[in-house]
Amino acid sequence: MAFRLKLCPEKTNINFFRAAPLTFGFSVFLMVASLVVWLTMGLNFGIDFRGGTTIRTESTQPVDVGAYRTALQGLELGDISITEVFDPGFREDQHVAMVRIGAQDDTQSITPEQIATVEAALQTVDPTITFPSVESVGPKVSSELIWSAITAVAAACAGIAFYIWLRFEWQFAVGSVAALVHDVLVTIGVFALFQIRFDLTTVAALLTVLGYSINDTVVVFDRLRENLVKYKSMPLRDVMNLSVNETLSRTLMTLMTTLIALSALLVFGGDVIRGFVFAITFGVVIGTYSSIYMAKNIVLYLGVDRGGPKKDSKAGTQFANIDA
Amino acid sequence: MLHFPVWKRVLIWGICALAILYAAPNFLYGRVESHNDAVAAIEKAGGTATPEQAEAVALWPDWLPSSIVNLGLDLRGGAHLLAEVRVEDVYEARMDGLWPEVRDALRGLRDQVGSIRRQTAPAGELRIAISRPEGMPAALDAARKLAQPVISFTGMGQSDIEVSSQNDVLVIRLTDAERTAMDSRTVQQSLEIIRRRVDEVGTREPTIQRQGEDRILIQVPGIGSAAELKSLIGTTAKLTFHPVLSRTAEAPPSASGDLVLPASNEQGIYYVLERAPVVTGEELVDAQPSFDQNNRPAVSFRFNPSGARLFGDYTAQNIGKPFAIVLDDEVISAPVIQAHIAGGSGIITGNFSVEESTELAVLLRAGALPAEMTFLEERTIGPELGQDSIDAGRTAAIVGMIAVVAFMIASYGWFGVLANIALAINMMAILALLSVIGATLTLPGIAGIVLTIGVAVDANVLIFERIREELRQGKMPARAIELGFQKAFSAILDANATTFLVAVIMFLVGAGPVRGFAVTLTIGIFTSVFTAVYVTRILVATWFAWRRPRAIVV
Repeated sequence: MAFRLKLCPEKTNINFFRAAPLTFGFSVFLMVASLVVWLTMGLNFGIDFRGGTTIRTESTQPVDVGAYRTALQGLELGDISITEVFDPGFREDQHVAMVRIGAQDDTQSITPEQIATVEAALQTVDPTITFPSVESVGPKVSSELIWSAITAVAAACAGIAFYIWLRFEWQFAVGSVAALVHDVLVTIGVFALFQIRFDLTTVAALLTVLGYSINDTVVVFDRLRENLVKYKSMPLRDVMNLSVNETLSRTLMTLMTTLIALSALLVFGGDVIRGFVFAITFGVVIGTYSSIYMAKNIVLYLGVDRGGPKKDSKAGTQFANIDA
Repeated sequence: MLHFPVWKRVLIWGICALAILYAAPNFLYGRVESHNDAVAAIEKAGGTATPEQAEAVALWPDWLPSSIVNLGLDLRGGAHLLAEVRVEDVYEARMDGLWPEVRDALRGLRDQVGSIRRQTAPAGELRIAISRPEGMPAALDAARKLAQPVISFTGMGQSDIEVSSQNDVLVIRLTDAERTAMDSRTVQQSLEIIRRRVDEVGTREPTIQRQGEDRILIQVPGIGSAAELKSLIGTTAKLTFHPVLSRTAEAPPSASGDLVLPASNEQGIYYVLERAPVVTGEELVDAQPSFDQNNRPAVSFRFNPSGARLFGDYTAQNIGKPFAIVLDDEVISAPVIQAHIAGGSGIITGNFSVEESTELAVLLRAGALPAEMTFLEERTIGPELGQDSIDAGRTAAIVGMIAVVAFMIASYGWFGVLANIALAINMMAILALLSVIGATLTLPGIAGIVLTIGVAVDANVLIFERIREELRQGKMPARAIELGFQKAFSAILDANATTFLVAVIMFLVGAGPVRGFAVTLTIGIFTSVFTAVYVTRILVATWFAWRRPRAIVV
């Protein structure tokens, strides 16, 4: 027998419903907590959603946030935030900071003159400073982007629900969408809690998480569908446990390969997309959890119509024949 | 199942070979890029190549595919602008143009309507007060005669203006159908003009697209900053020809609604002009630098038929009167009309140098933007940051790939090796497809590819786990493999269909880099289903037929 790396024993018989009230309760608690954190602390919106300008600065000298701030204070540009950026990929003498300026106007982005004054002010503090990127979004576009982001997430959920309903039963659709809402809410909650910058790419990350999470849920449901036909008399709860156990090793394998790829991105991918990758990584873990503990609990609660005589012609006709 | 017909084998391996062939240019990106640039430059020059160009062409053989992945702005560096065209500007110009016509028509009815006065009105509306309200029906009739059908597909059969009256005020409004048609024309025209101006600079593959109703997205790689791009687009050359009312030494207050403009070559001289131009630069079909009879630099121009008619009629009726040639709100010259100018061509003389006349001709050809633009979004990314991102993305992809490959071999042994071959082909196929369809690779797009490495093996994991299960139930190897592929298929299909759905939504709703991510994700879904299901299967089948193992360990 050749050596094989196994993430879990060959045959597991875990009762995933044993702690159902606890796990389900925990999920509900997480969702409520995320909602509370989201509503009380708010999200740290990037310029995509709030309007304004971000300037990335790069210099061979260490970043002096205080000096930058005093240099910009006199320009009367309103709300300014300056954060230093760290990344293991940076060279020794590479010091990067992000300067964020609030929106100046109610439709336009920023005028070239305003950018020029900001750049000139920073250059007086540090003559070696360069500006590798300047991005500016006007409030008119940013308010539209918020809507398009919300539409995207909602449309993705609806589309998935419709597909699942088509391929499975409506109970499965409800279960998967509940799991998706759970994943999105909890990920948003984490972004609110740690005030990580939330922008358009974060929404793309959320959508990716939806895709991954539904992938996982579908694999379990697919096995469930198969087993429901195979073990007609087994209680629904046991069929579900069996299905999850049978697919557990695949679930963990895929989680592992995905996490390996994501970790590589997280470490080596650079600071520009770190927020994006973090959102996906977190969402993938939470998505795996929700497809095991959330989606099927709801299906169990709703019950599944297990065919009955009209669909299962083989099982049904025997009795019919006797009657006739 | 483990038996593949020959045509299927040929087809699958053929697709794999094509994928590798078309992905190959991307591994020598710089080389192929200079080759492609040189080829394009030679073609532009009409087939003649400089020695450097010929050298660059030789860097890559012609018979090999040479399409490479288009790098997005965030990877290559450049500027991005989202502009909104202020379509209302055009309504105003339209009303200014309509006013002389209405005025002339009403003057003919002076005995019925009395004196007339233009009032200030919102854009797209013309309000004219008449001193004798009882003449309103006649005024309405006269104004309605000026209406013309809307020229557009959707507005067919409707008229361009609607005429009504409010007490003693005649109100002429543009109809909604006309507004829609005008908006569309304005944006289309702006788009063309921006395209021409950006092309004059000759940067590589600019993206200039219409977005929504009245927006234009402009992405130009390799340009220094968004401000530079703005000034390139914003340079206007608005040429108009106006009747001259008078010439003065000091600027009179422009109360009468006439246009007062300075002369460009005479200090302190102003011209009072009629606001509505006789002809505008939009009617120009050509402009070339040339010389006048005294051999001074000039610009010769030619009007289109409608411009030629307007110009011809005007010159015929106004012989002996001066008219002004106005460029960007300055009177370049105000010659006196010597004769009826038929044929619609003419010459502009001023105090030009040869360079100036050449530049003016270029600007006139490109035309003026029909309306002002508001810039809603702008992004500048420096080329160094883009290069850093590419390097980081490449490192992440390589590390991720190696780790996943090692993990798969540790978990599935020989079958893991086969899955890894499929994975490598998958990566090639993604690169090949991105190159061939000319998709743009962005930083999130690279993340999408790395993520695909992780998720692509999922289909193989599903299959292998299934084979293991079948083996545990005591099935024979061949049977177990067959069942594994068969039974895993519905899960693979459903799982990928839902991911595909999400990617499509992301593409439709997302903007910029997010779209790039959606594109790589979508391509990744198709290639990974193909490689995981067909390529792995054919690999397993070939190996199985060759070794005929009595027992297998997955």
